[in-house]
Amino acid sequence: MSYSWNWAVFLSPTPSGDSTYIGWLLQGLQWTLMLSLGAWVIAFLLGTLLGVLRTVPSRWLSRLAAAYVEAFRNVPLLVQLFTWYFVIPELLPRPWGDAVKQTDPLTQQFFAALLCLGCFTAARVCEQVRAGIGSLPRGQRAAGLALGLTLPQTYCYVLLPGALRLILPPLTSEFLNVFKNSAVASTIGLIELSRQSQQLVDYTAQTYEAFIVVTLMYMLINVAVMFGMRWLEHRTRIPGTLGSK
Amino acid sequence: MYEFDWSSILGALPILSHGMLVTLEITLTAIVIGILWGTLLALARLSDIRPLAWLAAGYVNLFRAVPLVMVILWFYLIVPALLKDVIGAAAGSDIRMVSALVAFALFESAYYAEIIRAGVQSVPKGQVNAAYALGMPYALTMRLVVLPQAFRNMLPLLLTQVIILFQDTSLVYVIGLADFFGAAYKVGDRDGRLVEMVLFAGAVYFVLCFGASLLVRQLRKRFAT
Repeated sequence: MSYSWNWAVFLSPTPSGDSTYIGWLLQGLQWTLMLSLGAWVIAFLLGTLLGVLRTVPSRWLSRLAAAYVEAFRNVPLLVQLFTWYFVIPELLPRPWGDAVKQTDPLTQQFFAALLCLGCFTAARVCEQVRAGIGSLPRGQRAAGLALGLTLPQTYCYVLLPGALRLILPPLTSEFLNVFKNSAVASTIGLIELSRQSQQLVDYTAQTYEAFIVVTLMYMLINVAVMFGMRWLEHRTRIPGTLGSK
Repeated sequence: MYEFDWSSILGALPILSHGMLVTLEITLTAIVIGILWGTLLALARLSDIRPLAWLAAGYVNLFRAVPLVMVILWFYLIVPALLKDVIGAAAGSDIRMVSALVAFALFESAYYAEIIRAGVQSVPKGQVNAAYALGMPYALTMRLVVLPQAFRNMLPLLLTQVIILFQDTSLVYVIGLADFFGAAYKVGDRDGRLVEMVLFAGAVYFVLCFGASLLVRQLRKRFAT
């Protein structure tokens, strides 16, 4: 192979002159992090709510949440993203749609990707929360209600605190998935980390260096999330259970 | 309000069905190679030979840490160079298709390896001991005793992964390959009917994947009894 390695390429200035190539990558990293963390907040809140709805005594609410999960789980993420970005602005009432189209492209791309990733991941979080609540001993709900707590109070103070602790490990892998899935946002033009690596290849032709560094960045995110979640798991262990000190 | 016009779907059916063939080709190749290579990786990861186990673990963790979009791009840029070096300029073959096939096969095998590993670990230890006691060597034990039971245990998970894979193939969009979604997008872009085509593609994916997931659920019930 006649490939000339050049690791110094990251420090050389970009054609526009206001940044270096490593600066570009860091900008991409910033978008990836903002998008993923924002989407995770949406996914966690919406997913927990849906997971609770899956387990409440009302048939209709439970079916509604189940329909949401099936809809978001059985359509590819890319198709969902294009729906948020290209389709929904067209289907909104005209004045709203026009207002959306008049905002600057970066804002549109970011919010489409944010809502898409958030709603997509919420379906997965919902299933985990449902499984968590389902695996609690039945007596917990009965005890809460017998003590005179209302149903929402039982969920808030008894069921959710237990269930969320139980499902921390699967939630960790969903959290990791958000970062990986955020790369799909590159398809609608958001210049996040994976897109920056492509741009770097286009400008410098140093394919391997660009890909190696970006891959390392994704792995670094992975490791950071895993350590963070392990710490959280440790902090929230229920005293007296086998897992606690 | 937006006025729908679904008429471009009918004329585009040949393009769309060709796209669906591409999607299925990638999915099937990835399943076959993924399960074969994934089984080897899982066995390597569980083996007593330390370096082998580490290598397999490294492979699996690397692919699981990186977004699929990145992997598709890697292979799109690396495969042509490899083809040129190894086979000597195979300019005739479609680089995009070949690189997508390689990317999906190698990426999926990391995920299959984890499922298969869990399946193998779910087989009771006594089974292995019994096979060894009967004088079976390692390869025979795996082939005749452990793997058949492991695959039965993990069948629902494997099929669920197939559904996910089928959806993920739409990401070949990033290298401009016209799979089912890529074809739908192109037609929509050409006719100015992007809204209808994206919705139509979503509906087709939904029907196929939802149907398949109902089947998997049925299967799980049957195996549970």
